[in-house]
Amino acid sequence: MSEEKLSVNIGSKLVRYLEQYGEIELEDVAIRLEHLELQVLPGAPPKAVIAAPPAKPKPTKLIEVEFKPPVYEYVLPIQEVTIGATRADGGTRAYSLTIGGEKAPPFYLFESKPPHKPIIACDVFDWKVPLAKAVKQHVREVYGDPVAWAKLAVEKFGAEAITLHLVSVDPLIKDTPPKEAAKTVEDVLQAVDVPMIVGGCGDPKKDTEVFEKVAEVAEGERIVINSITKEMLEYDTKRNVDTIVKHNHVTIAFTPMDMNLARELNRRLTSEGVPRSSIIMDTTTAALGYGIEYAFTIMQRSRLAGLMGDEELAFPISSGTTNAWAAREAWMKQLDAVWGPRELRGPIWETITALTLLIAGVDLFMMMHPAAMKTVKDVIDELMQGMGRAKPELIENWASAKL
Amino acid sequence: MPRKELSPIDVYNLLPRTNCKECGEENCMAFAAKLVTHEAKLEQCKPLLTDPKYKGNYQKLWDLLKPPVKEVVIGVGDRAVKVGGEYVMYRHELTYYNPTAIAIDVSDDMSSEEVAKRVEYVENFVYTYIGMDLKLNAIAVRGVSGDPKQFADTVRRVAGRTSLPLILCTLDPKCMEEALKIAGDRRPLIYAATKRNWREMAELALKYKCPLAVFSPNDLKTLKSLSKTLLEYGVEDLLLDPGTFPGEGLADTWNNFVMLRRLACKEEDELLGFPLIGVPLTAWLVNPAEPETIKQWREAYVAGMLISLFADLLIMHSIEGWVLLPNVILRQNIYTDPRKPVAVEPGLRTFGSPDEMSPVLLTSNFALTYYTVAADIEASKKDCYLLVADTEGLAVECDVAGRKLTAEGIADVIKSSGVEQKVKHRKLIIPGRAARLKGEIEDATGWGVMVGPLDSSGIPKYLADNWPPKET
Repeated sequence: MSEEKLSVNIGSKLVRYLEQYGEIELEDVAIRLEHLELQVLPGAPPKAVIAAPPAKPKPTKLIEVEFKPPVYEYVLPIQEVTIGATRADGGTRAYSLTIGGEKAPPFYLFESKPPHKPIIACDVFDWKVPLAKAVKQHVREVYGDPVAWAKLAVEKFGAEAITLHLVSVDPLIKDTPPKEAAKTVEDVLQAVDVPMIVGGCGDPKKDTEVFEKVAEVAEGERIVINSITKEMLEYDTKRNVDTIVKHNHVTIAFTPMDMNLARELNRRLTSEGVPRSSIIMDTTTAALGYGIEYAFTIMQRSRLAGLMGDEELAFPISSGTTNAWAAREAWMKQLDAVWGPRELRGPIWETITALTLLIAGVDLFMMMHPAAMKTVKDVIDELMQGMGRAKPELIENWASAKL
Repeated sequence: MPRKELSPIDVYNLLPRTNCKECGEENCMAFAAKLVTHEAKLEQCKPLLTDPKYKGNYQKLWDLLKPPVKEVVIGVGDRAVKVGGEYVMYRHELTYYNPTAIAIDVSDDMSSEEVAKRVEYVENFVYTYIGMDLKLNAIAVRGVSGDPKQFADTVRRVAGRTSLPLILCTLDPKCMEEALKIAGDRRPLIYAATKRNWREMAELALKYKCPLAVFSPNDLKTLKSLSKTLLEYGVEDLLLDPGTFPGEGLADTWNNFVMLRRLACKEEDELLGFPLIGVPLTAWLVNPAEPETIKQWREAYVAGMLISLFADLLIMHSIEGWVLLPNVILRQNIYTDPRKPVAVEPGLRTFGSPDEMSPVLLTSNFALTYYTVAADIEASKKDCYLLVADTEGLAVECDVAGRKLTAEGIADVIKSSGVEQKVKHRKLIIPGRAARLKGEIEDATGWGVMVGPLDSSGIPKYLADNWPPKET
């Protein structure tokens, strides 16, 4: 033995300890040698040459182990909410849409398949709001005309629902009277037969008045009022609750990025008599690059909390995904030279914002760019087809594929 | 059952309990509390390291506190990249640690100019985002030719051009061995061991002491069996690739990533506690007849999904800015520590050397807004004041809608900040998105309000055009 070179494979775990301590104590090891040479590599901690116990034989064939999907139990399904009413239900919509009803986190299909797919509503504005060029080029002909815009959204973009934003009611914009705004809603309801969401201007007082009228003219249609806020309830609880309850509409309960405020508003709405089946919650969407992590985490936490039994958070989630365009990276012309044309940068920004929040648990997306809407819809449709569609042969040789 | 949260008591009981303060904490209990939230490192406890009587406890603590997803290092030197090392499945449970590494591929059928161009692109890629430089992390060299020499030549060319970590992609052990002869001392990731080649790849991983990827497309039983076998074989640093299916099979990909990460983090399955690899590059294989833009588009959003679905390493093909930019930003966002405050301190900030006639701008105390505005003002090189209103850490748009940015709040900050003693004029420039508050602010503060640009990138031009104001 003394003449042979001693070479022992010391496990890398040992090496790690050596790196940490620079020395190691061996217990119950007898080394009988005439001459022990320790090699010290430059820059590396000293490594002792030791007599290790005989190494375990290396496996010669695959050791088969079982794989068991980690299926958990959840205590509370997410509330189901139906929007839009057909003739059978007293409305004039061609179909209604139901969201919610999940019994597991988003598309955890190994646990359970969602009973309904998340839906996408296309934004329509009653006013010439500033739009990014990449969006504007698709709506140039209908810009400022909500009826034509809604038709374009349904007929050309394939929107399954629309969101009519009554921006012009804003006292600082045009201060359109509630009656006139309600007329626009009627016109759009006549022009298209998809379920409809109606948005306000953000002024609690004016929105209360506008939605009151809108709810009246849309009687029977089960529209979605976007949105009711804490401030609106503080301004006038009864009128706002009546807007939903008396006319059997749905509300989006909007809160600014705070799970506790969301709980509080949902609790308040239900305690004032708004049925659970008429509440969708919007916990605020911040753009990719502009706080999406807060939006993502609040939605993800809310959804998990809802499934785990928090009734005040077990509602379908809505996202104003159009907020993606607030990020300068989505629209800024000066970035074209290095970061590619904004005609692509913009819609991919909206797409990735949406898909990130799909992973967090969104059930209703309000979107704007036709390519983004189509992509998100295609992804949702593929996910709804379920597992078992992967074809390993398609990708198993990606490492050597000629592209 | 899901893994139970570690309690400070469990940790405390294994510490020396001498309250020696050598770690910098007041006592062992405080140190234990920091250890369980990973705000302190075990190595800070000197007695634990040096006193032989604590040796057993040190090992126990190390096992207790190690991340359920092993941290693996790819590459050597300053630019080595750490992947994995994650403690939790969801970011709100603690925080994520090592941002998803993004590698761009080159292949041995590309001309040397093409290879050089792509390597240079990755080397030079940088986007400055709220004061941080966002970069790409590695080069994946793919063996398309099937010729070991050609593959090794390409690896040599790449290795000569960059010190970035390398990922060697070939399922042919002969090609892999030739490549490792060239770059094996740079600790490249060996991609990959499969059910067919695992023995040869394991030998190479041991011989060159490199991390090894395990690839088993849509077959988690085989993936787990391979992990078990390779660990028995003595390979310790693994990464797992359950296959990325960007078209049909997207649901399989989604669920495979979820199951793997849950088993690692919640069930402490040590065979699956390794970093996960996503390969958005497979978007290029869905339909070869598709136009290039469609392939890039698909690759862009699949990458985005994988970042939020726990991928620790992505291998991509597109080098289009619009494909990569949203993904480096998303990665930055998702890997931000959620425990960090969302808000900065309200009050008055100065830029340059403002005087009594310098402009006063207003913004919210949402950290992202504040840093974006601050960076834009700095870029403008104007001397000015920035008034930061307390909006409970919300962005301006939400603030106005959610009534967090109010005229009263602004009046408060004007008073408390002492800005009225610093400037002679009474003009406040508010964000374009807060335009609706103009009248209310004027009434509440007595200041004149000027409505600034919608995006703070417009501040330099706005100031050039509008400051000083016509009337005072």
